[in-house]
Amino acid sequence: MSDNAVADAHSVAHEEDVIAELTAPVPEVGDGGPEMVQLLTPEGQRVDNTEYDHYVADLTDEELRGFYRDLVLIRRVDTEATALQRQGELGIWASLLGQEAAQVGSGRALKPQDYAFPTYREHGVAWCRGVDPLNLLGLFRGVNHGGWDPNEKNFHLYTIVIGAQTLHATGYAMGIQRDGSVGTGVADRDAAVIAYFGDGATAQGDVNESFVYAAVNNAPVVFFCQNNQWAISEPNERQTRIPLYQRARGFGFPGVRVDGNDVLAVYAVTKQALDAARSGQGPTFVEAFTYRMGAHTTSDDPTKYRVSAEVEVWKHRDPIERFKSYLVHTKKADHDFLEQVDKEADELAVHVRNGCLEMPDPKGDSMFDHIYVEQHPLVEKERREFADYHAGFEGEAAH
Amino acid sequence: MATMTIAKGINNGLRAAMERDPKVVLMGEDIGKLGGVFRVTEGLQKDFGEDRVIDTPLAEAGIVGTAIGMALRGYRPVVEIQFDGFVYPAFDHIVSQVAKMRARSLGKVTLPIVIRIPVGGGIGAVEHHSESNEAYFAHTAGLKVVCCSNAEDAYWMIQQAIETDDPVLFYEPKRRYWDKGEVDVDSASRGLLQALVCREGTDATLLAYGPMVKTCMQAAQAAAEEGKSLEVIDLRSLSPLDVETVTKSVEKTGRVVVVHEAPTFLGMGAEVAATIQEQCFYHLEAPVLRVGGYNLPYPPSKLEEEFLPDLDRVLDAVDRSLAF
Repeated sequence: MSDNAVADAHSVAHEEDVIAELTAPVPEVGDGGPEMVQLLTPEGQRVDNTEYDHYVADLTDEELRGFYRDLVLIRRVDTEATALQRQGELGIWASLLGQEAAQVGSGRALKPQDYAFPTYREHGVAWCRGVDPLNLLGLFRGVNHGGWDPNEKNFHLYTIVIGAQTLHATGYAMGIQRDGSVGTGVADRDAAVIAYFGDGATAQGDVNESFVYAAVNNAPVVFFCQNNQWAISEPNERQTRIPLYQRARGFGFPGVRVDGNDVLAVYAVTKQALDAARSGQGPTFVEAFTYRMGAHTTSDDPTKYRVSAEVEVWKHRDPIERFKSYLVHTKKADHDFLEQVDKEADELAVHVRNGCLEMPDPKGDSMFDHIYVEQHPLVEKERREFADYHAGFEGEAAH
Repeated sequence: MATMTIAKGINNGLRAAMERDPKVVLMGEDIGKLGGVFRVTEGLQKDFGEDRVIDTPLAEAGIVGTAIGMALRGYRPVVEIQFDGFVYPAFDHIVSQVAKMRARSLGKVTLPIVIRIPVGGGIGAVEHHSESNEAYFAHTAGLKVVCCSNAEDAYWMIQQAIETDDPVLFYEPKRRYWDKGEVDVDSASRGLLQALVCREGTDATLLAYGPMVKTCMQAAQAAAEEGKSLEVIDLRSLSPLDVETVTKSVEKTGRVVVVHEAPTFLGMGAEVAATIQEQCFYHLEAPVLRVGGYNLPYPPSKLEEEFLPDLDRVLDAVDRSLAF
């Protein structure tokens, strides 16, 4: 056999391997598969995990109860907002139902100096960052495009263009690097960024570009993908042929799949990723494997594209029931506590409902505000014309 | 006074801005060791380091998207888009994010980003390297759009754009990069958003910006030899427009020709013409005429001399205006 023949045979064998890999059936990942990090079973049983146990070891019972409170309260806010939409008080609402643990677990892993870049569904993360849930409603009621100061809570405005915020997050992380706030070892100085997005967004060019930018810059950013299995009506198979977390490897950084309905596991995995980012080890991709229990938004009708049996399966993996079961069985929470949280949730719902109804409509000429920092002749001209036009009707009203 | 090319004017302006403010960072493809394909950033990475002159991956949405994040963190990114025709992958970030961020945050967030774009044709390039897409961005509220035409403005306008807290699209006339001019490096003689009367005249007004200013100046010179007195205005800022300088001139001459390389349909000339007829109707002696690129995709470079407005096409329009 000549050298060339050997090389040819080798390359054919390699080619066959590649083809075999490319044409292999997509693995069944309905339950997240064996690679998925889980600390609590759907029944609320604590399972050991040598790699991640120590990230939750220091959590006090009070902190654990705090997680539960977060989960319940934000679900109650979500339920109330959905009701407000049905009653015509909101134009639309994007429900987080089913994704509470993914959001609270990751949100609670953040430090104050970290910065979060949400999609339009991160109500639970907003809650963890201290944004009043009432402020989330302005966008959906149509009175503003975002009702909070992003820099006050280090929580950016909701981004509606799918995946765009992953690049903003990466750029922000590059800024942190240039500020010298990575890898100093000073606990309240080193900072990281977390970029939220969904399974559908992984198909976007922006998201893939953000992976490239983060990788080559070794930027302190955690890419937190809530894989809720559905991008409006399109299932995962329309977005990917490999499990999403495996994409990270191709970009040169670690990817982890975590049970997105297990608040403890999400907290642990996110904490590890954020620690790595803050200490200068660069980006991590976290795929929180979860499920969108409700519709994409209140305008959507999931009965047209998915079977109810699937929803039923996921009901047994409910993030709140799971954590409640864990707290009760380990005697970290008693009946009084659970009742107290429910009461608090109802009070919060009243706050959200009343606040929504009392939210004033913006004044007409306010749409000319804040377009530019500096005075802009065209904006000012049209502001005057708008005022003059409306002033012209004032006399008529008197008749 | 110092003599320098437009490219060097921008280079020096960038250097001055970077020396003044440590938050100014440059981002773009090949802008480091190479100094950019037009050498506009030459020597800056060597002097300011790789953290401030950032060679980015080859992805324009990524450049502008990450620049947004840098600005959110308190930096003042100056982005280089390598060629006009390559800005479209970043269009979404410029139009949906950069332009809207201040309004949608109710003034809480400002993005002091400058996006530099070499613009226009005339260099015999392959397709996508000769476009004039300024109208897309001038159409977008929240952005400022400016275009320099000479070395003095190159030096000062880039610094003024960087100092502006609003996002600025900064167009650079690529075929004039190597044109030399006198620069007063001690003080700026005009603001970023002011139009400039480059040549006074009484018979008709030529309105232009960027690469067409030189063409119009040559046309005015040729017309003068035939006894026609043309006023030439360099608009400099396309959004906002310095309407006052324009109307003042129109009130004097009563005749206007707007000149740009971009196709005329819904181009800057259309907006300028509409504004003039709204505000100077009784002063007009003739319809406002437009001279621009034809309304087609930019042609192969062997045809670009036919496509682009030149001295003769400008004078032809002037004659038509005067004959009206």
